[in-house]
Amino acid sequence: MTSKQLFPKWFNYLPIIVLVGLTLILGITIHLFWFWFSPKHLEVGYQPKQPIPFSHELHVNQVGMDCRYCHSNVEVSGHSNIPTTETCMNCHKTIKVDSPAIKTLTEYHNQKKPIDWVKVHMLPDYVYFNHAAHVNSGVSCVQCHGNVNKMTTVYQAKPLSMGWCLECHREPEKYLWPKEQVTNLDFRPDNQLKLGLQLKETYNVNPGEACSVCHR
Amino acid sequence: MNTINEQIHRVPLVLGDKSFKDVTDAIARPAEAKAPKWWVVGVLFSASVACILFAMIGYLIWDGVGVWGLNNPVGWGFAIVNFVFWVGIGHAGTLISAILFLFKQKWRTSINRFAEAMTIFAVICAGIFPGIHVGRIWLAYYLFPIPNSMAMWPNFKSALLWDVFAVSTYFTVSLLFWYVGLIPDLATFRDRAKTRVKRLAYGFFALGWSGSSRQWINYEKAYLILAAIATPLVLSVHSIVSFDFATSNLPGWHTTIFPPYFVAGAIFSGFAMVLTLLIIARKIFNLEDLVTIRHLENMNKFILATGTMVGYAYAMEFFMAWYSGNQYEAFAFVNRAFGPYAWAYWIMISCNVISPQFFWFRSLRTSIPVMFIISIFVNIGMWFERFVITVTSLHRDFLPSSWDYYTPTWVDIMTFVGSFGLFFSLFLLFLKFLPIISIAEVKGVMAIADPHHYESHTKKGGQL
Repeated sequence: MTSKQLFPKWFNYLPIIVLVGLTLILGITIHLFWFWFSPKHLEVGYQPKQPIPFSHELHVNQVGMDCRYCHSNVEVSGHSNIPTTETCMNCHKTIKVDSPAIKTLTEYHNQKKPIDWVKVHMLPDYVYFNHAAHVNSGVSCVQCHGNVNKMTTVYQAKPLSMGWCLECHREPEKYLWPKEQVTNLDFRPDNQLKLGLQLKETYNVNPGEACSVCHR
Repeated sequence: MNTINEQIHRVPLVLGDKSFKDVTDAIARPAEAKAPKWWVVGVLFSASVACILFAMIGYLIWDGVGVWGLNNPVGWGFAIVNFVFWVGIGHAGTLISAILFLFKQKWRTSINRFAEAMTIFAVICAGIFPGIHVGRIWLAYYLFPIPNSMAMWPNFKSALLWDVFAVSTYFTVSLLFWYVGLIPDLATFRDRAKTRVKRLAYGFFALGWSGSSRQWINYEKAYLILAAIATPLVLSVHSIVSFDFATSNLPGWHTTIFPPYFVAGAIFSGFAMVLTLLIIARKIFNLEDLVTIRHLENMNKFILATGTMVGYAYAMEFFMAWYSGNQYEAFAFVNRAFGPYAWAYWIMISCNVISPQFFWFRSLRTSIPVMFIISIFVNIGMWFERFVITVTSLHRDFLPSSWDYYTPTWVDIMTFVGSFGLFFSLFLLFLKFLPIISIAEVKGVMAIADPHHYESHTKKGGQL
């Protein structure tokens, strides 16, 4: 015998099922765009294989070199340079010349060819970023590049998304360090907020939030 | 409205000596009978025209906004004109349903379902245009406050954003209002359905309606609440649409008269569109007894009133342009009437201001051919009103070197034509599958619904 009812009894729960389902779908969609499709998830941890296994950890942490020895333009130019092979050869003419990596380096140098380093930190073409402006305002390398001094192979540590940039542009006092500590990647002030507010005043830091600050 | 005649008797809202069953039969017939030939042809034709719309949208996305006729000073062309045109048409539905419901205008019951359906389909057509006119359509989600890694958030100070919310709220509330009104009638269709598929389809949307007193009490409360929510929307939506123009500093747009003027124009165009469609539908479905000449006459009075308001607004714009002493404002309006787009301006004036004035005469107001022709004129005139406002204000901007003449391309025109295809496809589906008149409500205003109805036939009846 067929039932007189058109629909089974569980249909009474349909409104609840639909409501819960819609809430879940909405939540998942937002999460999908907000996290899974964002640089936080897609780009952080990008660690390409480099032509020469150069270790920042060895050069900075163990040898104690300053960032600016190699990236010498960072304070004066919008673009921070990758060092030429000549810079490397200043030391490696005499140091570890027998290691296979340095042999590759020497080969590049002798053929007058630049090393094909793979770029790790990439910004879209429509974003204007000036290294000098940031470094000279007390924004340390570590704020955007992470603790490179601890990296054997460089990887992207921060999302470099627009929202992430704006976090600092809106509250620079949370990130500013004294200029002389900018390349000291292990520096951590005791009271960041107090120091930051002070430095914001001294360095006259007024990062804009308007579109044209970065999209020129 | 003309609810009382000379003998202080209520004028019947439903003509003919009909029983409740006659009404149900008449309204349910289209959904139960086999689809007539004209309907099949109509659906196929309008669906093909709707396909043109989607093809044009595809071409636009593929090739970019360069396929439209926009140029340097005229950055808003057909897309905005069509958007305002369709949203305006969508105003009659809620006015008839909500405002007339709250004012207990019982004559609305025969036409409200129809007008509400038209509203929803018109708002669907309207919603397409702002979405596609952004150019890079994949970034259209910027319109909505969705958390994202760019920390991009809509600008709540912008009238364009208010518009997004105004129109989407209006659509949601209109849809809910329409749907709640449909529930008892869907249950009627379910109970009359002969096939299992129909029973399940109507039954699903009837939400298990059984017609018990308790359900009716809840239903009427819900309907009243929705009417109260929908009422302010009738005024707010087109006010906010007018802010899209009025909040910018452009002569011809930057005027305080815009909100009331736009609302009057919207109701004007909405009633004209309802009239056009209703005249055809009542003829095809033999619903002359339910949608009487009186209904049509009442709508004509609305058209006369709002058309005159619109004419007043046109005159007042010119007055203010002179009275303000602002030479740029004055230029904008003189240029409107006598400049390169004078042809569009005078089409607008003749259709919107002159044509409804014929409705001062009762004989013209009650003549079906006359009202049909005038309703068509009003539809045309109201499209041209939006064209005149949008294009003539833009084409002469502050920098004379950039002055230009806007001409739509074939893509512009076919997109607009295509939107009519979408509108009529949806409308024909509605005519075939849903009750086009509210069965439950119409029964309530019939003569036999009055408990004292039968007393008038018996002498002693009143003393019982």
